Amino acid sequence: MSNAKIRMIRRAAREIEPGMVVNLGIGLPTQVIDQLPPDMPVCLHSENGISGIGPTQPYDKADRNLIDAGGAYVSPLPGSAYFDSATSFALVRGGRLDLTMLGAFEVSMTGDLANWKIPGLFTPGAGGGIELAQKARKVVILTTHQDRKGRSKIVRQCSLPLTAKACVDRVFTDMAVIDISPEGPVLREVREGLSVEDVVAATDAPLIVPKGEIPRF
Amino acid sequence: MRFQDKTTTIEAAIAEIPNGASVMLGGFGVPGTPFCLIDELVWQGQTGLTIIKNDANETGMGVDHLLKNGQVARLITTHIGLNARAIEMMNAGDLKVEFCAQGILAERIRTAGAGLHGFLTDIAIDTELAEGKHRVELDGRISMVETALKADFALLHAEGADPFGNLVYAATARNFNPLMAMAATQVIAETETLLPIGAIDPNHVHTPGPFVDKVVTLNELTKEYAVVQR
Repeated sequence: MSNAKIRMIRRAAREIEPGMVVNLGIGLPTQVIDQLPPDMPVCLHSENGISGIGPTQPYDKADRNLIDAGGAYVSPLPGSAYFDSATSFALVRGGRLDLTMLGAFEVSMTGDLANWKIPGLFTPGAGGGIELAQKARKVVILTTHQDRKGRSKIVRQCSLPLTAKACVDRVFTDMAVIDISPEGPVLREVREGLSVEDVVAATDAPLIVPKGEIPRF
Repeated sequence: MRFQDKTTTIEAAIAEIPNGASVMLGGFGVPGTPFCLIDELVWQGQTGLTIIKNDANETGMGVDHLLKNGQVARLITTHIGLNARAIEMMNAGDLKVEFCAQGILAERIRTAGAGLHGFLTDIAIDTELAEGKHRVELDGRISMVETALKADFALLHAEGADPFGNLVYAATARNFNPLMAMAATQVIAETETLLPIGAIDPNHVHTPGPFVDKVVTLNELTKEYAVVQR
């Protein structure tokens, strides 16, 4: 993994506060786990029916009945619980999920999220993503700042089918930390080695740049 | 007082399913998927099925055998990203796929199982999944009507069962199984272990026996139940 991605994941891990119930989406978000202090009181939820996810297991030690929603073989912790899918989403919709970290194809300047369908190319279905995006108390996105073709993923308006409207609170990329505010996207932090101008130039949506020194991560 | 013995053979249980039936399948990925019941359904070859399952498994496993064999007319699901055949068949128009938000699929099934007709929600209200859904204003909020989802059959996988059909699931193999157990006219459960009546502590029963119609004991597990090394 590139140094920029590692920095993004380390920075995102600091978003998790003690006592939170957290759902980490498939892909980059899952890797945030490794950055958490081992003694931190946090409860990881997965939508396939577990609260209190423990470390990922190698194949020879894996329990065939115990996976996370991404299919990784995980383990229980003292204090973990298993439940059915209706209970799992009651937890999400009912307001018990403090934070979710999700991936994105596009995030708009008003916090719309598209991450489940590229018409004609890729239609896997949204799984539990719609409810996570719409109902977690805080929704943060982990994504590369640009796609493989160098196009900004933080856009004025999503061109892809939406997962949820105005749901994103904060975006962590390999270039910046951006908050979605009622006034628009605000540049909060810039990755070490980049300038504010680099980030603004790489971003399709118009960024609000606060006065004064922008912190580095 | 005695309890009814619902144990039967896998052949007899699956033979009840006619062509054109709607069939719920438990499971989220591998855990909780009734692979042996699915294999028997493939062997018997019923066609025109509506399959209701969280996902389409992976290529070469479970639901994929039904798809490959041309037995599925319609799939109601939340995610098919791990099955390239399902996506291909959908894109080619050979398979009708109806996507649901995952918790909404679970709740539609639970609702049917609870004998209710539907519920109101704002989940997916700003997405293309909302198209064609009836909207209602209640207490100043706009909601959509989600209908209860019933099926003719539910095929479940349990870790343990007694002959009356009290079921216990293992870890994340629970997922949709206890919900589907309530929502089908005929509920068929395969079990890894058949326990004598009374062996399951009533406090630890996940699905109570009255929901279950048939219990099939698996003599051995096929390789599809094993840890998948990707």
